[in-house]
Amino acid sequence: MILDAIDVTLAERLLAAALGSGGDYADLYFEHRAGADFVLEDGRVRTVGRGVTLGLGVRVLRGDATGYAYTEELAEDRMLEAARTAAQIASSGAAPGPISIQPVALADRYPVSEPTDARAGVDKIALLRRADAAARAFDPRIVRVEASLAEEQREMLVVTSDGHLARDSQPMIRFGVSAVAEEGEGASRQRQVGRSGGAGRFGLEFFARPGQSPEEQGREAARLAIGMLHAVEAPAGPMEVVLGPGESGILLHEAVGHGLEADFARKRTSNYADRIGQPVASSLCTVVDDGTVDNARGSINVDDEGNPGRRNVLIENGVLVGYMQDRLSSKHFGIAPSGNGRRQSFRHEPLPRMTNTFLAPGEDDPEEIIKSVTRGVYAKRFAGGQVNISNGDFVFALTESYLIEDGKLTAPLKGTNLIGNGPEVLRNVTMLGSDFELSQGTWTCGKDGQSVPVGIGTPTMKIKQITVGGTKTR
Amino acid sequence: MSAARVEPTGRRLPDPKTCQRLAEQMLALTLKAGADGAEVLVRDGTELEVKVRLGETELIKEAGSRALGLRLLKDARSAVTYTSDFTPAAMERFARESVELAGLSEPDPAGELPAREEMARELPDLDLWDESVLSLDVAEGLRRARAGEAAAMKLDKRITNSDGAVFGRSVGASAFATSAGFSGSARGTHVSFAVEPICDDADGKKRNGVYWSASRFASGLGDPEAIGLEAARRTLAKLGARKIPTGAAPVVFSPEAGRGLVGQLAGVLSGGALWRRSTYLAGREGTAVASSLCELVDDPLIRRGPGSRAYDGEGLPSRTNVLVSEGILRTFLCDVYAARKLGRRSTGSATRAIGGGPHVGVSNLILRAGRTPAAELERLDRGLYVTDLMGFGFNAVTGDYSQGAGGFWIERGERAFPVTEITVSASFDDLWKRVDAIGDDLDTRSSVQCPTFRVTEMMIAGS
Repeated sequence: MILDAIDVTLAERLLAAALGSGGDYADLYFEHRAGADFVLEDGRVRTVGRGVTLGLGVRVLRGDATGYAYTEELAEDRMLEAARTAAQIASSGAAPGPISIQPVALADRYPVSEPTDARAGVDKIALLRRADAAARAFDPRIVRVEASLAEEQREMLVVTSDGHLARDSQPMIRFGVSAVAEEGEGASRQRQVGRSGGAGRFGLEFFARPGQSPEEQGREAARLAIGMLHAVEAPAGPMEVVLGPGESGILLHEAVGHGLEADFARKRTSNYADRIGQPVASSLCTVVDDGTVDNARGSINVDDEGNPGRRNVLIENGVLVGYMQDRLSSKHFGIAPSGNGRRQSFRHEPLPRMTNTFLAPGEDDPEEIIKSVTRGVYAKRFAGGQVNISNGDFVFALTESYLIEDGKLTAPLKGTNLIGNGPEVLRNVTMLGSDFELSQGTWTCGKDGQSVPVGIGTPTMKIKQITVGGTKTR
Repeated sequence: MSAARVEPTGRRLPDPKTCQRLAEQMLALTLKAGADGAEVLVRDGTELEVKVRLGETELIKEAGSRALGLRLLKDARSAVTYTSDFTPAAMERFARESVELAGLSEPDPAGELPAREEMARELPDLDLWDESVLSLDVAEGLRRARAGEAAAMKLDKRITNSDGAVFGRSVGASAFATSAGFSGSARGTHVSFAVEPICDDADGKKRNGVYWSASRFASGLGDPEAIGLEAARRTLAKLGARKIPTGAAPVVFSPEAGRGLVGQLAGVLSGGALWRRSTYLAGREGTAVASSLCELVDDPLIRRGPGSRAYDGEGLPSRTNVLVSEGILRTFLCDVYAARKLGRRSTGSATRAIGGGPHVGVSNLILRAGRTPAAELERLDRGLYVTDLMGFGFNAVTGDYSQGAGGFWIERGERAFPVTEITVSASFDDLWKRVDAIGDDLDTRSSVQCPTFRVTEMMIAGS
């Protein structure tokens, strides 16, 4: 790989410069990222894109304080300048002793059988055409289709002043289809959009997975658009809600995931701070963050600080057992890093971040869960959410949901939001299905201006009461 | 400013002329490699961010970065590529590979470069560069952050924690060169400052509030203590926040919260969304889409404006576009591509980032201030004053809108108690038509700007 050219003696010189003002610790993060994207719009490949970024980020820690600098020019004088800039966080102290650098052994969580760069662009465009044709064939009311494919290969090399050296090569493929449906004329015309897509650390074998063929993605986007044409106003107010398997993991991500990132616990700015060993959810709930799921979007062989990706139980049978740690927070708490130190790119300092975060399955039959509701909402697909870390309020948007009346799904509902408070909502989980799914969707998590790819998952779950943000009073 | 000036860390300052030379070099290389036409954007910038928390330095981040984005055409086929490798051999290879890549796309006459006569000629001076910003260094940033946070922490003993105070500074230069007959460059400075204190509430929850300042000029940033005090007051006001019952009520949006709603209008007033049939406003030009009080403009020509620019992302002259006046939709914003798809002319509204081609975007999008003193908008028997919005709840195709909200419940003209964990919902069409008062307090800190405004009725979902 391209970063093979970085040799150990150069890394040692850069780390020595980074620690030259007395920092406790330093690391180097070299990154090479190459991506391409193809977009088919109204049956035409309008443009194709390609780009490469290459750079080095240098971090120096002094206590809980961080110095950070980066450069896109990998000439030694530029890299030394970045190291000295990052060093300004410290202002006194002894020069470091010699550093002995050893490679870290890593598992391969994302084997790829058909690398994207081994196939010609026209083959990828053919995938877009298949999705486009399937969406249009689904229903004559589909008037517009857009399909896109993006591929990326991220190569990274982390070298730390502890002497760890870790390399990784992280593939990512992303496919998306959006379809617009129209019905009626003039003022009574109804228009809706449906979106479907998937992503993971795969090559082109991704499209052979269940539900991921271009035809299935095209039909799913069309189905959502058509299904929403006759959606009715969603109710407003607290209700019983059943969340479908997979994408409902967005609830976990917002309601507890962010609150269990250790920087918030360290600074006591989250309402899950100082709560280890305490019940924070219904005893049905076991919440796991797992960076080791094969080929999943949030999986990492190694985090961006050189620690191997791991499976970490965060909440066990309702009791908080651990936080997601980066190096800085794990030092603060005096425990081992959990493999959650991630960054958007070489331009960003690492933060504790989620990988694939999910709720473990329960024992209830998913159909029985729906049947148990007299009047409520069934939520199946989601657009995204947000949480206020301090007070725990979170919100997430529903893009496909139905009214439940007497145990049956009835009218499709217009897009709306669910709003709740993390600890309260997790105490209100009263049934948990046996049908766990990890969502195959393109989920991207934002924090402090940094975006990283993540995975989410849940079984079907019932929440006794949560506020539905519709427009209709009951 | 000479290109040779060196900052304390040794990095050259971003220089527009250097950017322009690189853009022109790449343009020439791309044409030489066989392209029929090309556009090149070069950006160079430095960033400085310092953060203090509980009196201690938490982060010092300082770096510069430079990158180039290329869009080229060959036989009406296009490719969009980017690189940050400016060595001569790499630039030549990049040009060659980019031209090859265009062969994968299909001919699209709407994608051709703009006509030569559309290009900007004279570039206005928008006063976007403040030399004195350069002297706001790490030490000064730390001093301000310490002072701002300390002022907030000192105000009231109920402020028990802090998410810190952050000072940010960016200095940037950019250039754009196109074979359609334009080559220009620009530069700008920007500074920001924010303080976020935290309180412990009686129910074991924490309450956070934030106040911030931003300006292109050092003198516009304000006093750090005053910003810290305002942040503290906003945080304390949230103590005891609770849900309210579900029901319809008048809703007043603060300029900070309202900005999110005005920002959504940028998407649905885009010619790109119009030709894609992806906006609820399709077919509505010349008709009422908002109350007659509403005037919405996109104005890139404001001196010192956060989103101001002398030319657009395709090299066309910047111009002020009135989108809505007296509540009537006057026009959609178009770049050259959207204009061709719609049989119109570009409104000079292309934006361009390094990693992508031109698309329709806004510069300074402003809901104009009204005449009513902002405080008068809260003269309601009962209603909701919204200070915070969260989540994603807008469907551009249908106009359905719903978001998480926080703020204050108003009773008999007074803020009775703070509110949290509710949603506000309405169709966007109803929401804007129901605006019955617009305040005189336009908030100019960011590129999407609005004053306080009031909507006669929205659905609130709570307890």
